[in-house]
Amino acid sequence: MKQPASEAQQGGPEAAPVADAVPLTKPAGKTPGGSPSRPPLGLRLDFRTLSLLGVLAALIVVGGITKPDQFLDTSNLQLVLTQASIIGVVTVGMTFVITSGGIDLSVGAIVALASVWATTLATQEYGFAGILFTAIIVGLACGLVNGVLIAYGGMAPFIATLAIMASARGLALQITDGNTQVVTLKSVLDLGSRDSYILGVPPLVIIFAAVTVIGWLVLNRTTFGRRTVAVGGNAEATRLAGIDVRRQRLYLYLLSGLCCGIAAFMLIVLSGSGQNTNGNLYELDAIAAAIIGGTLLSGGRGTIVGSVLGVLIFTTITNIFALNNLQSDVQQIAKGAIIVAAVLVQRRTARNGEG
Amino acid sequence: MAPAPPEGNLLTMSGITKLFPGVRALDGVDLEVQAGEVHCLLGQNGAGKSTLIKVLAGAHQPDDGVITWRGEEVQLKSPIAAMKLGIATIYQELDLVEGLSVAENIFLGHEPTSAGFIVKGGEARAAATALLARLGHPEIPAGRPVGDLSAAHQQIVSMARALSHEVRLIVMDEPSAALDPDEVDNLFRIVDTLTADGVAVIYISHRLEEIRRIGDRVTVIKDGRTVAVGLPAKETPTSDVVALMTGRDVAYVFPDRPAVADAPRGEPVLRTEGLTREGEFEPVDLELRPGEIVGLAGLVGSGRSEILETIFGARKPTGGRVLVDGQELKPGSVRAAVRAGLGLAPEERKAQALLLIESVTRNVSVSSMSRFSRAGWLDSTAERKAARAATQELSLRPDNPDAIIRTLSGGNQQKAVLARWLLRGCRVLLLDEPTRGVDVGARAELYSVIRRLADDGLAVLLVSSEVPEVLGLADRVLVLREGRVVHTSPAQELDEHRVLDLVMEGSPTP
Repeated sequence: MKQPASEAQQGGPEAAPVADAVPLTKPAGKTPGGSPSRPPLGLRLDFRTLSLLGVLAALIVVGGITKPDQFLDTSNLQLVLTQASIIGVVTVGMTFVITSGGIDLSVGAIVALASVWATTLATQEYGFAGILFTAIIVGLACGLVNGVLIAYGGMAPFIATLAIMASARGLALQITDGNTQVVTLKSVLDLGSRDSYILGVPPLVIIFAAVTVIGWLVLNRTTFGRRTVAVGGNAEATRLAGIDVRRQRLYLYLLSGLCCGIAAFMLIVLSGSGQNTNGNLYELDAIAAAIIGGTLLSGGRGTIVGSVLGVLIFTTITNIFALNNLQSDVQQIAKGAIIVAAVLVQRRTARNGEG
Repeated sequence: MAPAPPEGNLLTMSGITKLFPGVRALDGVDLEVQAGEVHCLLGQNGAGKSTLIKVLAGAHQPDDGVITWRGEEVQLKSPIAAMKLGIATIYQELDLVEGLSVAENIFLGHEPTSAGFIVKGGEARAAATALLARLGHPEIPAGRPVGDLSAAHQQIVSMARALSHEVRLIVMDEPSAALDPDEVDNLFRIVDTLTADGVAVIYISHRLEEIRRIGDRVTVIKDGRTVAVGLPAKETPTSDVVALMTGRDVAYVFPDRPAVADAPRGEPVLRTEGLTREGEFEPVDLELRPGEIVGLAGLVGSGRSEILETIFGARKPTGGRVLVDGQELKPGSVRAAVRAGLGLAPEERKAQALLLIESVTRNVSVSSMSRFSRAGWLDSTAERKAARAATQELSLRPDNPDAIIRTLSGGNQQKAVLARWLLRGCRVLLLDEPTRGVDVGARAELYSVIRRLADDGLAVLLVSSEVPEVLGLADRVLVLREGRVVHTSPAQELDEHRVLDLVMEGSPTP
């Protein structure tokens, strides 16, 4: 390791040493030297997070005004959170993939395949653990195929995951033959019942919360997360910095597959069955939630908190619309409008900072 | 200060200023071009030439300054606006659509149509063939996809595209860089025909002898400012032009070399044996000892960067091997190279080295993350502290580990890249055009940083297209021409002239 060896010969007119006095822990937001550095990153992210929270709060107000009795009812809030949990877990995985500059279109199909594979009569014989294990293994296996095709086969993520989306969905249909596979295991069904709520919180919501916290920690506090961001920010620079970009990409699709497996298990618990139509359009919901949350579709920046808020916003809208008897066509239109608005805001932010 | 001709200028740009976040790319540039002349624009890399021609092409909007076109003040709000006035630009990186045919490329955006939208393919092909013939290349098939053509032919297509408009001014950005000598002759013939028709040409090139051959007047820019307007291209002595371009007195202050005598530097840390990449460079044998700076001199395209990247494992050699401390490196593996103690500061800093929207700390620590982590968990306090120590050692400004790297000047960005490898504990630094995009004042400091690192025991392999930089900084110099090492000697035994002779032998002379 090189150590100072400060031969003072580079001196220059701008007597440097003074700056050494700046404490290391405080970055000193406004550098006295009039540096061109913009306000620390945190502020900008906070602004975005705050605006998402504002939107969510506004929605809650709207729900509270239009259907005061039903919307704010505990069981309705539990329902909203439970619905958000399943797509939320998928979105956490998706956020990692998008942050790395990739995309995973196969998540919905993986959820379907994992949910039917885990609910076949044969699997159910192995009980609770068999179902959980199968769902996760199927998710990981699909993620592995995605990852190998993309990282080592050099396929574009869009194409590879599109192919897996089609195949996994087809395989799910083949397994079920179009039938709903009812789960008869009491231990699994109990997890979704009101009796197992912990202090009023459904276990599925707790799983979602745990996945969110772990996802946040991994993205923000680990080398894995840092590499994910670096690959998305500039894959070539990351490779030339000595990081194994391909392996990182493989891991990311595995992670997304894992999240799909967990979500499939949650869906089995919630619906008490496995169906080949499960997870329909999850890919779109997850991508949309991540994007409105502030994760850049081009990669290099991702936010778990934003993604989760995006999921909550979407789920809340759906709920309010349903309570007000508005049809799903109107919901879809509203969702589309929100995506457009969020991306326009994001583009403005991006352009302001462009070099 | 050429006296303005009575009929006035075709184009006058005055006080053009363009700001990018953290950088003043243009700081009051003046340019005057007359009809029918070849006006050469000279300046070092990063002087602002590219930005200036993008302003002229309508691709960038200036923050200040006035553009006068045929006596009238104009605003070039978009590339289309510039094209409509008759300004065509041929960029250095050709901007052709590879999947479209030659004719489709030439008429992209103004296809001959019937009923306003049905493209008359036959007419377009005929017109394209005529244009290509006028450019001396009737053999280029108008129906071929552009991606199938050689670089030289693509350039001709680019030029045909420019001529397919009603042009009065053509900007050519280093048109000869990708051309063989014969093709350069053809290019000059085309330029002559154009100017005879009254079209003005703005010609950008690093090859001074070309400028002497076809140039009429020269404008020199440096650090975003015009330092000389309208010098006669044929009579101005080279030394004057070079002095204007470089401001040599400021730019090339090199640190002292250690005396040759006290250089028992021990075993070579890096060795290549017959390292080859077919089509890029022929077998290279070189040795690098701790404390030594070895320079590779040569023109763009002589294989310099390719050699560096192959040593670093970013390209896979077709022959030969790389040894660090006598151990052979796994070919084509960057990770193996980094683990063995190599570090690369690549030529395209933004594309190949930087995470632009990340902080200085994260850019510096990216290669050493495992040092600050346990079981994958990052200790970001230790990371920041270590990254900061490394950047302070190189006097990186601003001294703010959270500054976003994109907002830093080129010189400080380069220091961040160097700090990355210092932090990693690297022993061999591969520097590819280390001062590209670094302003003149900051270069001297970067030079002294590099020398100090070498004095501390690093081995440095330096590539630069600026000969004085190689001569001033390196202890030993390898001269490359067309992928072959044509000369090796201590830097003191060479001068700029000798190197340029070696480098350019075989390049076109009148």
